[in-house]
Amino acid sequence: MSGNKPFEIKGTRDGLVVHVSPEAAWDEVARQLAGVIDRQRDFFRGARLAIDVGERSVRRQELSLLQHVLADREVSLWAVLSGSLTTLTTARKLGVATTLEASAPGQLSGERLPAGIAETLLRVEEDDGAPPPINPEEVGTIGVLFKRTLRSGRTIHSDGHVVVLGDVNPGAEIIAGGDVIVWGRLRGVVHAGAQGDEGATVCALDMTPMQLRIAGYIATSPKEQRREPRPESARIRGNRIVVEAWN
Amino acid sequence: MGARVITVTSGKGGVGKTTVTANLSVALAALNKKVVAIDADIGLRNLDVILGLENRIVYDLVDVVEGRCKLRQAMIKHKSYPDLYLIPAAQTRDKTAISPADMVDIAQKLREDYDFILIDSPAGIERGFRNAVAPADEVLIVTNPEVSAVRDADRIIGLLEAEEKGPGQLILNRLKMDLVKRGEMLSTNDVVEILSIKIIGVVPEDETVLTSSNKGEPAAGDPNSKAGQAFRNIARRLLGEDVPLMALDQEQSFLKRLSRLFSGNSAGMG
Repeated sequence: MSGNKPFEIKGTRDGLVVHVSPEAAWDEVARQLAGVIDRQRDFFRGARLAIDVGERSVRRQELSLLQHVLADREVSLWAVLSGSLTTLTTARKLGVATTLEASAPGQLSGERLPAGIAETLLRVEEDDGAPPPINPEEVGTIGVLFKRTLRSGRTIHSDGHVVVLGDVNPGAEIIAGGDVIVWGRLRGVVHAGAQGDEGATVCALDMTPMQLRIAGYIATSPKEQRREPRPESARIRGNRIVVEAWN
Repeated sequence: MGARVITVTSGKGGVGKTTVTANLSVALAALNKKVVAIDADIGLRNLDVILGLENRIVYDLVDVVEGRCKLRQAMIKHKSYPDLYLIPAAQTRDKTAISPADMVDIAQKLREDYDFILIDSPAGIERGFRNAVAPADEVLIVTNPEVSAVRDADRIIGLLEAEEKGPGQLILNRLKMDLVKRGEMLSTNDVVEILSIKIIGVVPEDETVLTSSNKGEPAAGDPNSKAGQAFRNIARRLLGEDVPLMALDQEQSFLKRLSRLFSGNSAGMG
């Protein structure tokens, strides 16, 4: 790893483009990029960067982490270039352009075609020769599946999503970078979007967590007696955690 | 095939591990099984008192481990049950005096000649607990119908699962029927719902347990004791007999289920 640089920065006609090495760990990329910018503060201040991640599928919290790192240094993330539909979708959700030409994602001509196909076509234009086959494989995100009762004193830590088929008992703890889904009773402590993803959700068949955290928000269950359990999901809405029926 | 090594543990102190160990030892011995009860609570020994053998101790578990006596010499034969032996804990030492490997070793030596080896675990999740659990084929988790005891039992089951000692079986001790009926105590169903493991017995709160423990004659030997009956039932279940749980809070939970059913229906219609 140490021999390979996690990324290279190249100047193009349109601006600076960061080419990320396919092997590099994402947080390492973010960390080192921050270092490079910090060392040449005057050069980068107010600049805008495009980032080319190749085929890598970048999750929302990863991209938003990078956005924050750059924003802290007065650098804006202008475009994300990738061959991965997951990454492109992520970028659009975060309002980042996915081509160097388009200044806003809304200008992409993807309205009439399904988003994935439009993206594939856009890339095909750059290639010459036969059109590449369309990959039927969905790109998923990383997750942990736990098929037991998560008991007091046990924890699950994951950068991705966490799915529990069973109960999460009081005294148990789940910390996930992404979403948390409990197919059972949620009574322990759960933290979704632990790396700052405010779009993360928590779902459970019976939602009575000791404490519920999403990104930087904390909520506790109301002390009501004996209610009928029902599936619910929690998300951040307007600066607080809102729990509503899960359907 | 040799003895079954069963460890009795709980996490929380004071829920009745030693009482359960003593009573099950007596109940199994009364069913003509050859039983060795081992007190693994080094430094805070109690099992000898409850079995009424306190005044007969010459050697203890640590003496065996440290080679000051033969295993046989540390085994105290019970007064009323000739097939029941106790290996007492040392009172002047602590948990670090023995290791999990020592316990495995001792259990191994006893396996051939006995039917059951019951190990009384100390409270906590540290060294003493690990010593007690190391040789176990099966684990019995004792808890009381109160939130903190159930929480600790859950923790213990998690640790047992992590060490692949299985989830174990549950003994719910000191259930106060009148409190459950008034809805002021966790019911058997509440506890089983949280812990989601198999329950092997429910022991009612019964003052004969206290008086008989003080006398050194476990309640399992008293035909008039309700708790004693519960312990004898657990012993039979350990032997594979299908003995239904005593109807302690069954009536209550049936009524509750009925009322839940009705409230569920009306909610559905409304």
